[in-house]
Amino acid sequence: MSTKVKKMLFILSKATIENAYAAFVMANGARMEGIESEIFFTFFGLEAVQKKKLDHLHVATVGNPAMHIPTMLGGLPGMEALATTMMKKEMEKLDMPPIGEFLEILSDSGCKLWACKLAVDMFHLKREDLIDELDGILTIGDFYSRADQEGCQLLFI
Amino acid sequence: MKKIIANKEIDVNEEGYLTDFNQWDREVGECIAGDCDIKLTDRHWEVIDYLHDRHHKDEPLSIRGIKKSGVIDVKEFYNLFPGGPLKKATLIAGIPKPKSCI
Repeated sequence: MSTKVKKMLFILSKATIENAYAAFVMANGARMEGIESEIFFTFFGLEAVQKKKLDHLHVATVGNPAMHIPTMLGGLPGMEALATTMMKKEMEKLDMPPIGEFLEILSDSGCKLWACKLAVDMFHLKREDLIDELDGILTIGDFYSRADQEGCQLLFI
Repeated sequence: MKKIIANKEIDVNEEGYLTDFNQWDREVGECIAGDCDIKLTDRHWEVIDYLHDRHHKDEPLSIRGIKKSGVIDVKEFYNLFPGGPLKKATLIAGIPKPKSCI
């Protein structure tokens, strides 16, 4: 079939845990369906592939109406940590892997993981600050060239 | 619907998954694998045995479960069953397609 999706490219630009999981679940889901997938981590999304930070991603409790708590309360110290702990418990029940383990699964499944060169430079990061599973550091032009085929979709998260 | 697999009349759903595991045997598995261009080796059978074991215990299947199985790692799993490993492996094993998103 000529209409079938053959490749999914994700750009993860945010470091909130729900956005990281959205990208990971979709990228993994693609691989599980026999579809190629790649993730380009840019700006705050880079936190998900930084060794020191990936285990400490948080849910956004401020400016997120779906939290159903007043924004003022969401801003109190510890609220993000509390909401994140609760969410992680629920995810564990569904057998969703923690970020680090999820990255291993993605890498082993053949999903390519790329860091954005501009963002790496901006945050003064070195290759060794990033996870070993990372496939490389690319410019956006390099990333677009990976999309240059039929049946490829790009998604910005 | 009915489908002839390995010269036997087998009940399958519209995606080709067996609806009655009792109709499955190794010959049926080999025949389905052949349709998927997969030649089953001892390694494949070890994985299929694991999937059967999980299925009979009513435990859901996921890629994380495969990683923790101790039977096979994720990389080899993808190599053995290219093009959607859990989908293909359960199809061959004669058990339902996993409903999990992970």
